[in-house]
Amino acid sequence: MTHTTEDPSAERARPEAIAAVPVRHPGRWVAVAVIAVLTAMFVNMLVTNEKFQWSFIIDNAFRPNIIEGVRTTILLTVLSMVIGVLMGIGLAVMRLSPNPLLSGVAWLYTWFFRAVPRLVLAILFGNMGILYAQYDIGGVPFAGFFSDLLGVNLNGTLFSLDARTLLTGFMAGLLALALSEAAYMAEIVRAGILSVDPGQSEASAALGMSRFQTMRRVVLPQAMRVIIPPTGNETIAMLKDTSLVAFVPVTNELFFQLQAVGNRTFQVFPMLIAACIWYLILTSFLLVGQYYIERHFARGSAAGGGRRQRRPKQGGGPGPEPVPVGAGIDLKKGEGP
Amino acid sequence: MTDQSAVDTGATEVVDDFMVRSENVHKSFGRLEVLKGIDLTVRPGEVMCVIGPSGSGKSTFLRCINHLEKIDAGRLWVAGHLVGYREKNGKLYELRDREVAAQRRDIGMVFQRFNLFPHMTALENVMEAPCRVKRESKAQVRERALKLMDRVGLADKVGSYPAQLSGGQQQRVAIARALAMEPKLMLFDEPTSALDPELVGEVLEVMKDLALDGMTMVVVTHEIGFAREVGDSLVFMDGGVIVEQGSPREVLANPRHPRTQDFLSKVL
Repeated sequence: MTHTTEDPSAERARPEAIAAVPVRHPGRWVAVAVIAVLTAMFVNMLVTNEKFQWSFIIDNAFRPNIIEGVRTTILLTVLSMVIGVLMGIGLAVMRLSPNPLLSGVAWLYTWFFRAVPRLVLAILFGNMGILYAQYDIGGVPFAGFFSDLLGVNLNGTLFSLDARTLLTGFMAGLLALALSEAAYMAEIVRAGILSVDPGQSEASAALGMSRFQTMRRVVLPQAMRVIIPPTGNETIAMLKDTSLVAFVPVTNELFFQLQAVGNRTFQVFPMLIAACIWYLILTSFLLVGQYYIERHFARGSAAGGGRRQRRPKQGGGPGPEPVPVGAGIDLKKGEGP
Repeated sequence: MTDQSAVDTGATEVVDDFMVRSENVHKSFGRLEVLKGIDLTVRPGEVMCVIGPSGSGKSTFLRCINHLEKIDAGRLWVAGHLVGYREKNGKLYELRDREVAAQRRDIGMVFQRFNLFPHMTALENVMEAPCRVKRESKAQVRERALKLMDRVGLADKVGSYPAQLSGGQQQRVAIARALAMEPKLMLFDEPTSALDPELVGEVLEVMKDLALDGMTMVVVTHEIGFAREVGDSLVFMDGGVIVEQGSPREVLANPRHPRTQDFLSKVL
């Protein structure tokens, strides 16, 4: 027996909304009290302990040479991340390639640069000048050997740079950070690529798209959703790791400059506090940037932030759709021969 | 292009009237032999339905037709061209990725799980391949894509992302996406198996419309009703071989092989 309801909304009056007494949470109030006391103690310490020298921090944390340091730190962060991400994508694609040589080289690179600490890399690159006095760009390998053999002067070098100008200071620091970042980014990008449903590549291939087009248009944009959050992490880590290039040495970098002021004035501790504040400020800006990038690459996805629907301008929303015209025959199985 | 001319003048190139011709096709995954010698032909304009229990190799065979799977033995031609290989002086040469991609342009495929690109709107999904692969002008492609969206009954959903569409709507967009490349042959891999029952009809309607329009189709399906109404021929596969084939009404009404009888008694 079946019941049918002619007009379900009109049948009965809507009952009044539930107004129940909510569950009490006394534990929360205890926690609030404890945290309030601890916070008050902390603030009290910040304000009353004279060793902090707040006025000294304010006077010295924005000197021109420190602003210059901030600029260098930002530049190092941006450049090493750009190089790191681009190289990382290349390495990840190589690592996933069916060519065993390419994937082997990518593996070796990742192994080396993940194994050696960044501090060691920074100092190592800073001292590269010991290895070669000159770098020959576009040089023929073993040109010297062949010219000796043939008895002619073969100068296969296109141009050369003095190692001391190429690999000191900023350049050495940048290379150390960027090359090591590429290794970490390669793993992040690889994870992102592997997270994309293989059916996507199949659909793309079935449409006649090339491998490159498939990667560029279909796989990577979807991989970005997985790649972005850890890349944000990496960028923040990179911002802080730029302080390592002080050992290259790069002298116009933020932390080095703050320490220099501290050492010169014998006020080391307040300048360390200033460093904390600067890194907090810079990281906060990065977080805002990350939010917008994540939002961009989440388009079309239902996951994350509830079932948000993006660009609803064209009246899209799931819902029953009338069967198209011409539903003449019964296509259901079940009517036996 | 020299490669191309080699294909056309290849001494053993079979020129025939068939859209698909399969000769003793074998395929194994590791030690498991999935296809054990498939012979069949599909004429232009024919709608062939392939039925059979899961694991019978019907989807694998369909994927061999556009070289998503490499066959291990036998020969497979689409529109007179060997799929995935070039035969010259009795020797087979693998085609380059670029040449395989060129062959796939003429073969549309619809998947069980739709596989729409989730980061593109429905219209962008349909326009992607003609714009990127055929490099046609965007305005021209857009016009055709809008017509196709209208044809599958989704003119009002062009700006929606796949996640905002029901399964039936997504599958219809997927059909429009395949049609946008103007293929000679359409492959359907269980296109309604992932759909809620009430959404199956709308997809089958679009497919029937396409069949009436003269499209050559190979449809792997469990929809016996569709096979009977729309199919020109029916193939029953089991255990990697074709057990029985013929006109759908014939096979469905009087299955001769006991395995066909057994299968049909379970699904009908």
